[in-house]
Amino acid sequence: MADEQRRGGRGRAARGGNADKGTGQRRSLFRRRKVCKFCAEKIDYIDYKDVRMLMPFVPDRGKILPRRISGVCAPHQRALQTAIKRARQLALVPYVAD
Amino acid sequence: MSTSRQYELVYIVSPDATEQEIADLHAQVEAIIARIGGELVKSENWGRRKMAYEIGPHKEGVYVLELINGSGALMKEIERRLRVSEKVLRYLVVRVDEELRAAERTRSRRKVRTGPPAGEGEAIGTTTGGDDDRDEAEV
Repeated sequence: MADEQRRGGRGRAARGGNADKGTGQRRSLFRRRKVCKFCAEKIDYIDYKDVRMLMPFVPDRGKILPRRISGVCAPHQRALQTAIKRARQLALVPYVAD
Repeated sequence: MSTSRQYELVYIVSPDATEQEIADLHAQVEAIIARIGGELVKSENWGRRKMAYEIGPHKEGVYVLELINGSGALMKEIERRLRVSEKVLRYLVVRVDEELRAAERTRSRRKVRTGPPAGEGEAIGTTTGGDDDRDEAEV
């Protein structure tokens, strides 16, 4: 019994982690490629005054969303970072939030 | 040349300041610009808005934005005045001319790239798609 279970588990693992996670869904889209929002929308200047643009990158906790999650490219993440920090000084965006 | 810088000034006025006091502050800034030399490009009052955190006892503030062309000495004087006045909860001066110029440059560069040769835009698309392919191979 235990033997069978183990074998089953191994078999699934061999097929790749994708197989059990992506069942039913469109499998190639399962891990969607993240594209930089600012590149896609051709935003050249990330304005610290535009709170509505910054807020998606400041989760509830108040921290700046890391690039690995948001998919923003490095140059834009740098610009975003300064924009958020400026907005924080003006109390447009929180430093910390509970 | 050295005086043709553009600055953005945003200051937050205490919510219990009267309309008159807010107008006075604006007039003060204008007077300093006139005195030292510079140009007020744009002035905007965002009105009262909720702040992301409290500054002292206040939960909201009146935001005023001024776009100023001038020298560093001018901004220094304005900053000094804002620091002194107690109705101003906070201010921020940012030099924007270089950033705006950089943004303008990338914009014009993109126009050149995506402009006349229609095929070139696609070529760029496929090169950036290289990452995509690798992702799929991993999966």
